[in-house]
Amino acid sequence: MNLYDIIFYLFAIITIVSATFVVFTKNIVYAAYNLLLTLFGIAGLYVLLGADFIGIVQLIIYVGGILILILFGVMLTNKITDVPIKSGVLQVIPASIGVGMLAGILILIVTNISWRNMELTVPESTIGSLGMLLMNEYILIFELLGMLLLIALIGAANIARK
Amino acid sequence: MSSIGLNHFLIISSILFSLGVFGVITRKNAVMVLMGIELILNAANINFVAFSAYGGFPVKGQIIALFVIVLAAAEAAIALAIVLNIYKNFNNVNVDEIDNLRE
Repeated sequence: MNLYDIIFYLFAIITIVSATFVVFTKNIVYAAYNLLLTLFGIAGLYVLLGADFIGIVQLIIYVGGILILILFGVMLTNKITDVPIKSGVLQVIPASIGVGMLAGILILIVTNISWRNMELTVPESTIGSLGMLLMNEYILIFELLGMLLLIALIGAANIARK
Repeated sequence: MSSIGLNHFLIISSILFSLGVFGVITRKNAVMVLMGIELILNAANINFVAFSAYGGFPVKGQIIALFVIVLAAAEAAIALAIVLNIYKNFNNVNVDEIDNLRE
Protein backbone atom coordinates (compact mmCIF):
# COMPACT_ATOMS: atom_id res chain seq x y z
CA MET A 1 0.00 0.00 0.00
CA ASN A 2 1.92 3.02 -1.17
CA LEU A 3 0.97 6.68 -1.30
CA TYR A 4 -0.70 6.43 -4.73
CA ASP A 5 -3.08 3.75 -3.45
CA ILE A 6 -3.97 5.72 -0.35
CA ILE A 7 -4.74 8.87 -2.32
CA PHE A 8 -6.74 6.85 -4.86
CA TYR A 9 -8.91 5.26 -2.18
CA LEU A 10 -9.36 8.64 -0.47
CA PHE A 11 -10.68 10.26 -3.66
CA ALA A 12 -12.72 7.16 -4.53
CA ILE A 13 -14.43 7.19 -1.13
CA ILE A 14 -15.12 10.94 -1.37
CA THR A 15 -16.62 10.47 -4.84
CA ILE A 16 -18.80 7.46 -4.13
CA VAL A 17 -20.07 8.52 -0.69
CA SER A 18 -21.02 12.01 -1.77
CA ALA A 19 -22.60 10.72 -5.00
CA THR A 20 -24.69 8.40 -2.86
CA PHE A 21 -25.79 11.39 -0.78
CA VAL A 22 -26.66 13.30 -3.98
CA VAL A 23 -29.15 10.68 -5.09
CA PHE A 24 -30.54 9.67 -1.69
CA THR A 25 -30.98 12.94 0.22
CA LYS A 26 -34.36 14.64 0.03
CA ASN A 27 -33.04 18.18 0.44
CA ILE A 28 -32.03 19.64 -2.92
CA VAL A 29 -29.51 22.10 -1.47
CA TYR A 30 -27.70 19.28 0.37
CA ALA A 31 -27.66 17.35 -2.90
CA ALA A 32 -26.09 20.31 -4.72
CA TYR A 33 -23.36 20.70 -2.10
CA ASN A 34 -22.64 16.96 -2.15
CA LEU A 35 -22.39 17.18 -5.92
CA LEU A 36 -19.57 19.68 -5.31
CA LEU A 37 -17.68 17.03 -3.31
CA THR A 38 -18.35 14.40 -5.99
CA LEU A 39 -16.98 16.61 -8.75
CA PHE A 40 -13.97 17.48 -6.61
CA GLY A 41 -13.23 13.79 -6.06
CA ILE A 42 -13.53 13.11 -9.77
CA ALA A 43 -11.06 15.93 -10.47
CA GLY A 44 -8.66 14.19 -8.08
CA LEU A 45 -9.10 10.91 -9.97
CA TYR A 46 -8.25 12.71 -13.23
CA VAL A 47 -5.05 14.03 -11.70
CA LEU A 48 -4.17 10.53 -10.50
CA LEU A 49 -4.60 9.32 -14.09
CA GLY A 50 -2.09 11.89 -15.30
CA ALA A 51 -4.69 14.24 -16.79
CA ASP A 52 -3.76 17.45 -15.03
CA PHE A 53 -5.46 19.83 -17.46
CA ILE A 54 -8.74 17.88 -17.42
CA GLY A 55 -8.68 17.97 -13.62
CA ILE A 56 -8.31 21.75 -13.59
CA VAL A 57 -10.98 22.16 -16.27
CA GLN A 58 -13.26 19.93 -14.21
CA LEU A 59 -12.77 22.19 -11.20
CA ILE A 60 -13.28 25.42 -13.15
CA ILE A 61 -16.22 24.43 -15.35
CA TYR A 62 -18.10 21.93 -13.18
CA VAL A 63 -17.48 23.26 -9.68
CA GLY A 64 -17.26 26.90 -10.69
CA GLY A 65 -19.84 26.99 -13.46
CA ILE A 66 -22.34 24.19 -13.73
CA LEU A 67 -22.77 23.78 -9.98
CA ILE A 68 -23.48 27.52 -9.53
CA LEU A 69 -25.97 27.25 -12.39
CA ILE A 70 -27.67 24.32 -10.67
CA LEU A 71 -27.79 26.19 -7.35
CA PHE A 72 -29.42 29.15 -9.11
CA GLY A 73 -31.87 26.71 -10.65
CA VAL A 74 -32.69 25.40 -7.18
CA MET A 75 -33.18 28.87 -5.75
CA LEU A 76 -35.26 30.19 -8.66
CA THR A 77 -37.62 27.22 -8.85
CA ASN A 78 -38.55 26.70 -5.20
CA LYS A 79 -40.59 28.81 -2.88
CA ILE A 80 -37.99 28.99 -0.16
CA THR A 81 -40.15 31.07 2.15
CA ASP A 82 -43.17 28.83 2.54
CA VAL A 83 -42.25 25.28 1.46
CA PRO A 84 -39.11 23.40 2.53
CA ILE A 85 -36.84 22.62 -0.39
CA LYS A 86 -37.59 18.94 -0.79
CA SER A 87 -37.76 16.55 -3.69
CA GLY A 88 -40.19 13.66 -3.61
CA VAL A 89 -39.36 10.26 -4.97
CA LEU A 90 -41.03 8.00 -7.52
CA GLN A 91 -40.87 4.22 -8.01
CA VAL A 92 -38.07 3.64 -5.54
CA ILE A 93 -38.35 -0.14 -5.22
CA PRO A 94 -38.43 -1.09 -8.93
CA ALA A 95 -35.71 1.47 -9.61
CA SER A 96 -33.53 0.04 -6.81
CA ILE A 97 -33.91 -3.49 -8.18
CA GLY A 98 -33.22 -2.45 -11.77
CA VAL A 99 -30.31 -0.18 -10.99
CA GLY A 100 -28.82 -2.73 -8.58
CA MET A 101 -28.89 -5.34 -11.32
CA LEU A 102 -27.38 -2.84 -13.77
CA ALA A 103 -24.55 -2.01 -11.37
CA GLY A 104 -23.91 -5.69 -10.65
CA ILE A 105 -23.73 -6.58 -14.33
CA LEU A 106 -21.47 -3.60 -15.12
CA ILE A 107 -19.04 -4.42 -12.29
CA LEU A 108 -19.07 -8.12 -13.24
CA ILE A 109 -18.22 -7.28 -16.86
CA VAL A 110 -15.57 -4.75 -15.90
CA THR A 111 -13.79 -7.08 -13.49
CA ASN A 112 -13.95 -10.20 -15.67
CA ILE A 113 -12.56 -8.81 -18.92
CA SER A 114 -8.79 -8.77 -19.09
CA TRP A 115 -8.22 -5.23 -20.31
CA ARG A 116 -5.01 -4.12 -21.91
CA ASN A 117 -3.39 -2.84 -18.74
CA MET A 118 -0.25 -0.86 -19.48
CA GLU A 119 1.83 0.66 -16.76
CA LEU A 120 1.09 4.32 -16.15
CA THR A 121 3.94 6.44 -17.42
CA VAL A 122 5.41 9.14 -15.26
CA PRO A 123 2.94 11.99 -15.71
CA GLU A 124 4.11 15.08 -17.49
CA SER A 125 2.23 18.24 -18.35
CA THR A 126 -0.37 17.53 -21.02
CA ILE A 127 -1.30 21.14 -21.80
CA GLY A 128 1.11 21.50 -24.72
CA SER A 129 0.15 18.28 -26.48
CA LEU A 130 -3.55 18.94 -25.86
CA GLY A 131 -3.20 22.35 -27.49
CA MET A 132 -1.34 20.91 -30.48
CA LEU A 133 -3.99 18.23 -31.00
CA LEU A 134 -6.85 20.76 -30.64
CA MET A 135 -5.31 23.08 -33.21
CA ASN A 136 -4.33 20.37 -35.70
CA GLU A 137 -6.17 17.09 -35.67
CA TYR A 138 -9.35 18.14 -33.90
CA ILE A 139 -9.68 21.68 -35.29
CA LEU A 140 -13.05 20.96 -36.94
CA ILE A 141 -14.59 19.58 -33.74
CA PHE A 142 -13.07 22.47 -31.80
CA GLU A 143 -14.67 25.07 -34.07
CA LEU A 144 -17.98 23.23 -34.16
CA LEU A 145 -18.03 23.09 -30.37
CA GLY A 146 -17.41 26.82 -30.25
CA MET A 147 -20.39 27.42 -32.55
CA LEU A 148 -22.52 24.97 -30.55
CA LEU A 149 -21.70 26.68 -27.27
CA LEU A 150 -22.54 30.10 -28.74
CA ILE A 151 -25.86 28.84 -30.13
CA ALA A 152 -26.69 27.05 -26.87
CA LEU A 153 -26.00 30.11 -24.73
CA ILE A 154 -28.00 32.45 -26.99
CA GLY A 155 -30.83 29.91 -27.02
CA ALA A 156 -30.75 29.49 -23.25
CA ALA A 157 -30.83 33.25 -22.67
CA ASN A 158 -33.71 33.57 -25.14
CA ILE A 159 -35.73 30.73 -23.58
CA ALA A 160 -35.21 31.96 -20.02
CA ARG A 161 -36.14 35.56 -20.88
CA LYS A 162 -39.58 34.84 -22.34
CA MET B 1 4.66 -0.63 -7.56
CA SER B 2 1.05 0.33 -7.20
CA SER B 3 -1.77 -2.19 -7.05
CA ILE B 4 -4.28 0.21 -8.61
CA GLY B 5 -5.18 -0.77 -12.13
CA LEU B 6 -7.71 0.08 -14.81
CA ASN B 7 -10.33 -2.05 -13.06
CA HIS B 8 -10.49 0.22 -10.04
CA PHE B 9 -11.34 3.28 -12.11
CA LEU B 10 -13.87 1.34 -14.17
CA ILE B 11 -15.61 0.09 -11.02
CA ILE B 12 -15.86 3.65 -9.70
CA SER B 13 -17.34 4.86 -12.97
CA SER B 14 -19.81 1.93 -13.01
CA ILE B 15 -21.01 2.83 -9.52
CA LEU B 16 -21.29 6.52 -10.44
CA PHE B 17 -23.25 5.67 -13.60
CA SER B 18 -25.66 3.46 -11.66
CA LEU B 19 -26.18 6.14 -9.01
CA GLY B 20 -26.85 8.69 -11.76
CA VAL B 21 -29.43 6.44 -13.41
CA PHE B 22 -31.05 5.88 -10.02
CA GLY B 23 -31.26 9.64 -9.47
CA VAL B 24 -32.75 10.26 -12.91
CA ILE B 25 -35.39 7.56 -12.39
CA THR B 26 -36.49 8.24 -8.83
CA ARG B 27 -36.26 11.99 -8.21
CA LYS B 28 -39.34 14.14 -8.75
CA ASN B 29 -37.63 17.51 -8.90
CA ALA B 30 -36.31 18.36 -12.38
CA VAL B 31 -33.14 19.94 -10.95
CA MET B 32 -32.33 16.67 -9.17
CA VAL B 33 -32.79 14.84 -12.47
CA LEU B 34 -30.23 17.22 -13.96
CA MET B 35 -27.78 16.34 -11.17
CA GLY B 36 -28.23 12.65 -12.05
CA ILE B 37 -27.39 13.45 -15.66
CA GLU B 38 -24.22 15.24 -14.53
CA LEU B 39 -23.20 12.12 -12.60
CA ILE B 40 -23.73 9.97 -15.70
CA LEU B 41 -21.64 12.31 -17.87
CA ASN B 42 -18.85 12.30 -15.27
CA ALA B 43 -18.84 8.50 -15.19
CA ALA B 44 -18.39 8.46 -18.96
CA ASN B 45 -15.57 10.99 -18.63
CA ILE B 46 -13.73 8.87 -16.06
CA ASN B 47 -13.94 5.96 -18.49
CA PHE B 48 -12.47 8.04 -21.33
CA VAL B 49 -9.54 9.28 -19.28
CA ALA B 50 -8.87 5.90 -17.61
CA PHE B 51 -8.92 3.92 -20.86
CA SER B 52 -6.66 6.42 -22.57
CA ALA B 53 -4.20 6.50 -19.66
CA TYR B 54 -3.95 2.71 -19.36
CA GLY B 55 -4.26 2.00 -23.08
CA GLY B 56 -1.15 3.90 -24.04
CA PHE B 57 -2.64 6.91 -25.90
CA PRO B 58 -2.88 9.43 -23.06
CA VAL B 59 -3.84 12.67 -24.79
CA LYS B 60 -6.57 11.67 -27.26
CA GLY B 61 -8.94 10.36 -24.62
CA GLN B 62 -8.43 13.54 -22.63
CA ILE B 63 -9.49 15.63 -25.63
CA ILE B 64 -12.75 13.69 -25.89
CA ALA B 65 -13.26 14.22 -22.13
CA LEU B 66 -12.76 17.95 -22.72
CA PHE B 67 -15.44 17.91 -25.44
CA VAL B 68 -17.82 16.07 -23.11
CA ILE B 69 -17.30 18.73 -20.43
CA VAL B 70 -18.12 21.49 -22.94
CA LEU B 71 -21.27 19.65 -24.04
CA ALA B 72 -22.28 19.20 -20.39
CA ALA B 73 -21.96 22.94 -19.83
CA ALA B 74 -24.20 23.69 -22.83
CA GLU B 75 -26.68 21.04 -21.72
CA ALA B 76 -26.88 22.40 -18.17
CA ALA B 77 -27.49 25.96 -19.40
CA ILE B 78 -30.31 24.99 -21.78
CA ALA B 79 -31.92 22.50 -19.39
CA LEU B 80 -32.03 25.06 -16.57
CA ALA B 81 -33.58 27.64 -18.91
CA ILE B 82 -36.27 25.10 -19.79
CA VAL B 83 -36.79 24.29 -16.10
CA LEU B 84 -37.25 28.01 -15.35
CA ASN B 85 -39.89 28.24 -18.08
CA ILE B 86 -41.67 25.17 -16.71
CA TYR B 87 -41.68 26.81 -13.29
CA LYS B 88 -43.22 29.98 -14.75
CA ASN B 89 -45.98 28.02 -16.47
CA PHE B 90 -46.81 25.30 -13.92
CA ASN B 91 -45.56 26.85 -10.66
CA ASN B 92 -43.64 23.67 -9.82
CA VAL B 93 -40.88 21.58 -11.38
CA ASN B 94 -42.01 18.09 -10.45
CA VAL B 95 -41.59 15.87 -13.48
CA ASP B 96 -44.58 13.70 -12.59
CA GLU B 97 -47.07 16.58 -12.43
CA ILE B 98 -46.22 18.06 -15.82
CA ASP B 99 -48.41 15.74 -17.86
CA ASN B 100 -50.54 18.08 -19.97
CA LEU B 101 -49.90 15.99 -23.09
CA ARG B 102 -51.37 12.90 -21.44
CA GLU B 103 -54.96 12.09 -22.36
